Amino acid sequence: MGRAKLPRKSTNIDMTAMCDVAFLLLSFFIMATKQKPPEAVAVQTPTSVSAKVASDKAILVTLTKEGKCFLILGDDAKRKDVLNDLNKTKGLNLSPDEIAKLGKLPFIGVPLGQIKSVLALPELPPAEKLAGIPIVDSTNNEMVDWFRSITNAYAGGDQKELEERIVIKGDNSVKYPTFKAIKYALKKNDLFKFRIATNSETVEAGTELYNENKAKQQ
Amino acid sequence: MAEMDTSSGGGHKKGPGVKKGKKMSTRVDLTPMVDLGFLLITFFVFTTTMSQPTAMNMNEPKDDPDQQLKVKNSGAMTILLGKNDQVYYYMGELNPETASQQFKSSNFKDIRQVILDKKKATPIGDLMYIIKSDKDATFKNAIDILDEMTINTVPPGHYAEVDMAPSEEQLVTMTEQANGIK
Repeated sequence: MGRAKLPRKSTNIDMTAMCDVAFLLLSFFIMATKQKPPEAVAVQTPTSVSAKVASDKAILVTLTKEGKCFLILGDDAKRKDVLNDLNKTKGLNLSPDEIAKLGKLPFIGVPLGQIKSVLALPELPPAEKLAGIPIVDSTNNEMVDWFRSITNAYAGGDQKELEERIVIKGDNSVKYPTFKAIKYALKKNDLFKFRIATNSETVEAGTELYNENKAKQQ
Repeated sequence: MAEMDTSSGGGHKKGPGVKKGKKMSTRVDLTPMVDLGFLLITFFVFTTTMSQPTAMNMNEPKDDPDQQLKVKNSGAMTILLGKNDQVYYYMGELNPETASQQFKSSNFKDIRQVILDKKKATPIGDLMYIIKSDKDATFKNAIDILDEMTINTVPPGHYAEVDMAPSEEQLVTMTEQANGIK
């Protein structure tokens, strides 16, 4: 009896399609990844179980390991108002050109008195060489002035929006008095609600919050 | 699969002595290219840190001396944050005579159970956690303890951050010295 012969097939597979898929995925991942916004300085934030997403137009107060304070005015629309107000109330004598230049800096990290001299420099010195905004000394807490100008600039608008925008980002090893100084500056300006930037952390199983979340899902 | 006809069959015959140019296949093996593609994908996936920055809400009380909140002694628990991630706590009011028995040391791991026990043992209306950080506590400690409140579902308004009294500061320093914490 003759057996039916199986036709021999080539084991070569056309890899073109596979290659297309691989590179398509690669380009998708590269393009879909959002670049980290520029940071004044590297900061290791604490973790929390909070799941709220931070605003990308945040007024970000960064506290570094050394206890220095840097400010990023993330909202382009209001930045000029804030700087103009500060210029007026603190008598900084900045020209409109200088204010525009200050607005273009990635972050503000010098005492008010040094703003003019720093702007005159051809290049902004690196963050480690800047003094930071003085805060810890309660008689000279310049964040009070900054927050006053910020509240003035946002006055009349939605207060809740401002509350969501103010984000404090501190390094893990920042000492408590530094953080207290920021809270003091906020309270002085009647800002009682604000946010703290944290890395998200998973809720441990068995804890009250875990059980509550689970009950909600069902 | 589409394949190109690369055979020279059917072509006209060349004269004798004219060598036939050997036609090479135009097919390229794409396997290494695929390998490379997926290697790059894996590389990007692994090196990308998924850092969705999150934010925690903070509500500060108004500093109004007329509206000092009166807290029941039975429902109050004071948590003190010291240096080197140390946590101390006591229940109710600190009595100078029995301070050494009231004042207890703990850490961030064990404090969760203490908070929970207190929450279970106290009627919700009387419950109040008072958090005090000393000057050697870190920002991380302050956030961690607030986070602990969220984890234990202590309702907002039942915990507050308060400045540390000098007597408590002394106790913390003494305990730290006794325990050899630097």
